[in-house]
Amino acid sequence: MSTATFNTGRAIRVTVLSLGALIFLSPYIFMLSAAGKTQSEIFTSALSLVPQTFYYVANFTKAFSRVPMGTLLWNGVMVCGLIFFFQVLVAIPCAYAMAKLKFRAAKLLMAMVMLGLLVPIHATALPLYVAFDSASLLNSYTALVAPFSISVFAIFMFLQFFRAMPDDLIHAARLDGMSEIGIVARVIVPNAWPAVTAFAIFSVVAHWNDLYWPLIVISKQGFATPPLGLMYFRAAEAGDDYGALMAATMVITLPLVAAFLLAQKRFVEGITMTGLKG
Amino acid sequence: MASIAFDTVSPKRLADVHARNEARTAWLLASPAIVLMIVFILLPVIAVIGLGFTNFELGIDKFRFVGLDNYSHLFTDRTFRKSLWNTTVYTAIVAPVSIVLGLGVALLIESETTAKSFFRTAYFLPVASLIVAMATVWQYLFHPTIGPINALLATVGIPGPNWLGSAGTVLYSLSIIGVWQSVGFNMVLFLAGLTAIPRELYAAAEVDGARSAIDRFRLVTWPMLAPTTLFVTTISIINAVKVFETVQTLTEGGPNRASEVLLFTIYHEGFVYLHVGYASAMTVVFLVILMVLTFLQYNVLDKRVHYS
Repeated sequence: MSTATFNTGRAIRVTVLSLGALIFLSPYIFMLSAAGKTQSEIFTSALSLVPQTFYYVANFTKAFSRVPMGTLLWNGVMVCGLIFFFQVLVAIPCAYAMAKLKFRAAKLLMAMVMLGLLVPIHATALPLYVAFDSASLLNSYTALVAPFSISVFAIFMFLQFFRAMPDDLIHAARLDGMSEIGIVARVIVPNAWPAVTAFAIFSVVAHWNDLYWPLIVISKQGFATPPLGLMYFRAAEAGDDYGALMAATMVITLPLVAAFLLAQKRFVEGITMTGLKG
Repeated sequence: MASIAFDTVSPKRLADVHARNEARTAWLLASPAIVLMIVFILLPVIAVIGLGFTNFELGIDKFRFVGLDNYSHLFTDRTFRKSLWNTTVYTAIVAPVSIVLGLGVALLIESETTAKSFFRTAYFLPVASLIVAMATVWQYLFHPTIGPINALLATVGIPGPNWLGSAGTVLYSLSIIGVWQSVGFNMVLFLAGLTAIPRELYAAAEVDGARSAIDRFRLVTWPMLAPTTLFVTTISIINAVKVFETVQTLTEGGPNRASEVLLFTIYHEGFVYLHVGYASAMTVVFLVILMVLTFLQYNVLDKRVHYS
């Protein structure tokens, strides 16, 4: 392969990738642009990216005054945090037992995990809704969090990760007189950080985005998660006030995007690591 | 220590005690997960299957067993049939396109050196963005009169369609959003699969006469990537079948049911009209579709991708 063809090849590759990236990023570019435009400018010049009169402050003020943005973001953080906390708390001991201890139910448990992987919240939502309704638990954090406290995906992922851990590590801990719970807390968890991080990102992205379940169990704005709050804002905004809508959109998208940009290296590492081991 | 030394129990009995202790600890560690799996997965699934045979409606106390009435009604329900068809069309567009683009981008990025992480971030960003929020942005982009897409088309003299507003284009517009949203996810999975391919295989293929990049792809990359491709395919299809957020946010199934999709129909029937029995029957159909897809992955395709 000569250097000349290599360079042409690379030029084509970078051009194709750049064009694609431009298309993939264009919604963000137009969001940034429209969030700073006046109503009339949005209606007249769609393609000029830099607003003629900077209207950012007005649009953001409007977004913040009509949507309780703080409450929404707080609810989002609380719900995702609680879900993640319970998922890990429940899944790690279970996965450890299945991977490293001998007990007769392990096979049956594995079958249940595989079955559970098939069943999304959309399939269990009807009976769960009836149950939460009769327990008067609608419009509560409990309703938002409880059905997700069990993640069979977490069990499945940790199970594969733990299986690859050397048994010697655990035997050594047992010889030191550690209890099994002590082993989970002080040997397994510290060694499982890559898997925990990868799962954290998976879980938070899934539940920060979820609209289906919050839409079903929440009807009061006080418990609305970010996607639901944005739906309320859209419903209240009768006209095409895209400036304010884009401002609200930006505020609600920003936390997760910022988190991703800060932790992306870890994320890709985590996916690669668990993918290879699995 | 002393008790063990002077005890008369045989080593076999000791091993039994040890095994029993181990089993007890395992049960203890697994029990929270088992209870929650029963409460939040197993029982609801059984309940939804049971409810599918009743005419249960929320707010009405009396309900009775109706046998297969709900299912026979489903076959003639025009909304449900339309919904199944639309979901199929959406999946048939979004899954293959996002797989091919995901693989293409991954291959291009893999051989890139300096700008690798920038491109990876750019293509992955939609996955990390709130889809309801980004759907709102797409609504603006697709707007028939003030939207940038139609403004761009107008500069080259093409009259842009009413993307989300007309029955003929709405499903394709939603598919564009679906592809945009899932390419990055597939790309990351393919990138992981690509890094796992041993470099020696490429060198060996080159020695064997695979000179061009296409030959090397055909002889090494594609077969070695098969397990990843299978996984990505299944997950893409399942995610496409589960389309809901964009429909609920942007079209509510309209115009004229042209974007009515499975989960939206179930949501409407069950949680808006509160026909829980009938919606449960729909949910069972939805579950069966997911099971068939997974079954295909495990049993049919799996045989063709693993080399011994």
